[in-house]
Amino acid sequence: MAKYIAKRIGLAIVTIWAVATITFFLMNMVPGGPFLSEKAISPQATAALEAKYGLDKPLFQRYLTYIGDALHGDFGDSLKQRGRTVMDIIKMKFPVSARVGGLTVLVALTIGIPLGCIAALKRGKFLDSLISVVATCGIAVPSFVICTLLLYFFGVKLMLLPTVGLSSWKHFVMPVMALSFYPTAYIMRLMRSSMLDVLGQDYMRTAKAKGVSGFLILFKHALRNAILPVITYVGPMLAYTVTGSFVVEKIFTIPGLGGEFISAISGRDYTLIMGTTIFLATLIVIMNVVVDIVYKMVDPRIKLK
Amino acid sequence: MSEYLVDIKNERLSFFTPVGEVKALNDVSIHLREGEVLGIVGESGSGKSVTAYSLMGLTAHPGKLVGGSLMFNGHQIDQMSDKEMREIRGNEISIIFQDPMTSLNPVYTIGNQIMEAILLHTDKNKVQAKERAKELLELVGINEPLKRLKQYPHELSGGMRQRVMIAIALACEPKLLIADEPTTALDVTIQAQILELMMELKDKLGMAIIMITHDLGVVASMCERIAVMYAGKVVEYGTADDIFYNPKHQYTKGLIRSIPRIDTKEHERLIPIEGTPVDLLNPPKGCPFAPRCEECMKICLREMPPVTNFGRVHYTQCWLNQKEEMEKGAANE
Repeated sequence: MAKYIAKRIGLAIVTIWAVATITFFLMNMVPGGPFLSEKAISPQATAALEAKYGLDKPLFQRYLTYIGDALHGDFGDSLKQRGRTVMDIIKMKFPVSARVGGLTVLVALTIGIPLGCIAALKRGKFLDSLISVVATCGIAVPSFVICTLLLYFFGVKLMLLPTVGLSSWKHFVMPVMALSFYPTAYIMRLMRSSMLDVLGQDYMRTAKAKGVSGFLILFKHALRNAILPVITYVGPMLAYTVTGSFVVEKIFTIPGLGGEFISAISGRDYTLIMGTTIFLATLIVIMNVVVDIVYKMVDPRIKLK
Repeated sequence: MSEYLVDIKNERLSFFTPVGEVKALNDVSIHLREGEVLGIVGESGSGKSVTAYSLMGLTAHPGKLVGGSLMFNGHQIDQMSDKEMREIRGNEISIIFQDPMTSLNPVYTIGNQIMEAILLHTDKNKVQAKERAKELLELVGINEPLKRLKQYPHELSGGMRQRVMIAIALACEPKLLIADEPTTALDVTIQAQILELMMELKDKLGMAIIMITHDLGVVASMCERIAVMYAGKVVEYGTADDIFYNPKHQYTKGLIRSIPRIDTKEHERLIPIEGTPVDLLNPPKGCPFAPRCEECMKICLREMPPVTNFGRVHYTQCWLNQKEEMEKGAANE
């Protein structure tokens, strides 16, 4: 196990380095720069700014400097948000997105798994069809549509829920609902198909032949086998969800990290692009290791090498 | 209390599929005393497994019992609720399935899976159940039982897993063990070992066995009574001697002719039964075997043959047998 984890950490470093390198060069290939704006800035001022942030140096030298600094934990200052380091921005905004995202994942799991199981058990019946229709809608309808509908009904018509900010639990309801629609629907479908597969397995018949009750057959014998695809999906999904969603954060005016990914790119805030990308990559890599370990705990046939 | 442990009378069972009613069992009657071994033989789809599963209340959806009575050890199986059935399953009736590779749950240890049935049906606590599980593994000839209890199915070979399945089946000392082609998925040497083990355990524990197989060799060596099934009917029933030395039904004769023999000449061909099994969605009016029967008569296609008895146990359902017996009876008078 220790050897496995050491190996995975080594691999993780290589992966993150590769992501950083590719992002660095791609982002510099995009035309434009951080100091272009509608207001004409004098060429001297632009040159001074570029010199200050080292943007006047050749690309490869900038790359080496960046990687060197990053290895020391210094991800630089934001080019657009004056006076803030990239780390400051992530430290300030990530907890906000993580709270909304974490709740979203919890909701998706607690609704998606049972509904998927029910759909599988009631295969072909009305309830199964109903769940399938809801799941298809959840996957097909984009989040901004859901956000708008929620805002219209709960915020404007019924005046039940606040529409801006995150200051009480009520504020969380709509963003979490909007965000969890897609993952809930996805988990439902995954769960349904893998549960159907497991229910047809010979060992389910063995359990029944032993006299095990329907409840135990489902929760002891079927669920543990059927949940594996869901685990695979939830790992990376968690990484994406806790880093926030641009659309949902914009619509509900949540000061989360999701908006930073997009605004960093549109503003050519090079250091922030690098910082947020490396942060997300690191989270995904960590979640993949966690998924592997959880997998091993659930299914003894899996060997971690 | 009837004299039989298992008494199935005129069982009719159909699968209600979207294309229509598939009559899987048509008037099946089978009985078995305590400690007896009954072999059920027949080709795929003849209703062997369906008969046995229905006795355990394990009929798969969309199968439904449409007629007849199923008695087991004084219980009216066909009238029992699911909850009452659960108390019998794994306790008084156990089953061993065909494929040991897929019949054990891959994510639980062997110990867990054996103890499950013990904990469910007896008052034993976990420690006692574990002790019992260890005894069972010893009983089915698995060495180092304490180590095996902690292992997962994928760590054992096919033969071992089938032994574990037998251990699970025997956990509560059932009165009846159903073996659904227990050796089909195993290689030949292991097959012999498993059959030997089953016979040994039968003598030790005194349980009755229903052996479902399409291997006539297996029934010949193990079974006292044999039921030959075809298209959801028992076409011939008798002792092993009746079936092998004095087969009456054309289908049984065909089956026995198609077994390779040790004294067959080198290039001699086996004699197959020509044709294909009937479509149970649209079963024929007459004898289901008639289209494949070499001795088929006009009446065979029109009407179901009645039961013809040859002595106390041996019977067939065949017009030819009926005709011969009547002629014999007429000659005697």
